[in-house]
Amino acid sequence: MKIISETLILVKRSLIRYTRVPQLLVFSTIQPVMFVILFAYVFGGAIKTSINYVDYLLPGILVQTTLFGAMMTGIGLADDISHGMIDRFRSLPMSRGAVLAGRTISDLLRNVFVIFLMVGVGYIIGYRFEGTFMGALGALFLMLLFGFAFSWISALIGIAVKDVETAQSAGFIWVFPLAFISSIFVPVEGMPKIFRLFAENSPITYTVDAVRRFSVNQPVDYTFWASIIWLAAILITFIPLAVRQFRKIS
Amino acid sequence: MNSDLIQYIQEAKVSGMSDGEIQAELLSVGWNHGDVRQAFLDNISPELENPPIEQSEKIEAVVSVRGLIKHYGSVRAVDGIDFEIPKGSILALLGPNGAGKTTLVRMLGTLITPDSGQALIGGHDVIKSPDDVRKIIGLTGQFSAVDMVLTGRENLVMIGRLCHLSKLEAENRARELLIRFGLSDAADRQVKTYSGGMMRRLDVAASIIAHPEVLFLDEPTTGLDPHGRIELWHIIKELVAKDVTVLLTTQYLDEADHLADQIVVIDKGKIIAKGTSQELKAQVGGDVLELHLTDHSQAHRAAAAIEALGIEKPRIEELEAHIFMPVRGGASVLADAIRRLDQARIDLADIVLRRPTLDDVFLKLTGHVAG
Ligand SMILES: Nc1ncnc2c1ncn2[C@@H]1O[C@H](COP(=O)(O)OP(=O)(O)OP(=O)(O)O)[C@@H](O)[C@H]1O
Ligand SMILES: [Mg+2]
Repeated sequence: MKIISETLILVKRSLIRYTRVPQLLVFSTIQPVMFVILFAYVFGGAIKTSINYVDYLLPGILVQTTLFGAMMTGIGLADDISHGMIDRFRSLPMSRGAVLAGRTISDLLRNVFVIFLMVGVGYIIGYRFEGTFMGALGALFLMLLFGFAFSWISALIGIAVKDVETAQSAGFIWVFPLAFISSIFVPVEGMPKIFRLFAENSPITYTVDAVRRFSVNQPVDYTFWASIIWLAAILITFIPLAVRQFRKIS
Repeated sequence: MNSDLIQYIQEAKVSGMSDGEIQAELLSVGWNHGDVRQAFLDNISPELENPPIEQSEKIEAVVSVRGLIKHYGSVRAVDGIDFEIPKGSILALLGPNGAGKTTLVRMLGTLITPDSGQALIGGHDVIKSPDDVRKIIGLTGQFSAVDMVLTGRENLVMIGRLCHLSKLEAENRARELLIRFGLSDAADRQVKTYSGGMMRRLDVAASIIAHPEVLFLDEPTTGLDPHGRIELWHIIKELVAKDVTVLLTTQYLDEADHLADQIVVIDKGKIIAKGTSQELKAQVGGDVLELHLTDHSQAHRAAAAIEALGIEKPRIEELEAHIFMPVRGGASVLADAIRRLDQARIDLADIVLRRPTLDDVFLKLTGHVAG
């Protein structure tokens, strides 16, 4: 299939960029590392959780890292638009979807790297994964699917705003509330009613809770499936929207 | 309006003369230039303006543009453009900033959709079958579009692969082009270390990697040094010799003069002249008398002194103390002019009588200097 080889060519392009500009990777990990330190040592003492707080926090941080990483998808596309790369691709006899798939898939591969790096950071501050090997794979799969789904939302925003700075600030507007009104850092039980309602039904909370269960070796429950349903719904909605928006670029 | 004139133009068009030839002829038999231009602009019934594209023409003309229009809000960026480019020839699109060159090229390159009109590239309609158009075109936009982080070679191979060349083909082709464009020393350096001119050359190389039949170049030589420009001219001529059809836009009149088989001058989205460089120059009428004064305060007196010799009023460029005036009559005019200027006690730095350049044509048509 044409679109597959085109996508692979563009994935390769993005990955080469990460090796040439390692800062791109370094900066996308500094932020989560700061969050780990801030929450584990500064706020952690004040937060009551059923398990040891570091063990509670780290799965949340992993999901948060992929969520913030998803913002890079839109920023990268906006950058390509403003530098004329997208126009160049649009003048070639290639599939429209390949440009977007190339970007979201390379961001998925970057997430694999960043997740392992953050687990390493977690191990330094005392986190331990207590689940099975299959559980680890399940958690990895869910987080990658999560990052991939949110990459498509970010892609839509990036293509719509077409400019790096706007994509950056537009990203924070939706990512920040989603990240904080969820079970990433604190249990939702302590939240005021309205926030709690939001947090309990958020795809972030389902994903974090499911990953957390894998981490402490609890069996898969509805959180996993609710997360899968959410992510599938996001993909089904946002892939066509992003592709449509891409076709509208002029 | 002058109905004789319009009728004459219509008849001449039917008999198959190009606009440039008709204009040249009308001017040579003494019609006033303003009237002729107005008659062309007001033009002629729509059937004549947009005759249906016939089968025979389709084969001949690789690029065929009819009544193309594109608005941006209330701005008519491209306002009813028609032309054809025969296979293996070069058309230069000439026009000042904001004339609509880029908008036109982007429509032909399938990057934006025309509001109305038709454009066929190799027989494929840019609106109805853009995918077929993309298979046969190469496009270099006005601003370089290469990946700064990749090396020059990686950029070319990537574009080649995206055009469905095999890995080996893409690599061979990239090597060939890097040599041809004088980039082999820098081939394995990141593009962000390239100079502007090197980047531009890489950009053009990328657009021809998959052997396009039709090539669109939007100001390809802007930012190149004189050597780089001439080198690129050679490359374009080589492509045309291999039957590639080229449309290029340029601000440089000498470039159009040097390269193009056909020149289309546009301003405010409309064609204001069309023809070979010879035909366009014929529109200026005769030769051009050019004065350079040592003292610019004398400019108006100097202009008055020679005015009677011209076929048009002299044009003064006060800042540079230059005066230009179209004249007819050869060397005797020069002698006459020198005598008159001497009588008026004008200090001359230089005086020349020369053939008109496209600059003169451009100025005459648009009322301002190109660029
Ligand atoms: N995306 C756009 N939105 C709004 N107006 C536009 C847009 N693109 C072009 N225009 C307008 O259309 C007109 C033609 O612009 P265009 O870029 O085609 O000119 P050009 O001949 O390429 O000029 P230049 O020599 O400066 O490159 C201008 O008035 C410009 O302001
Ligand atoms: Mg332009």
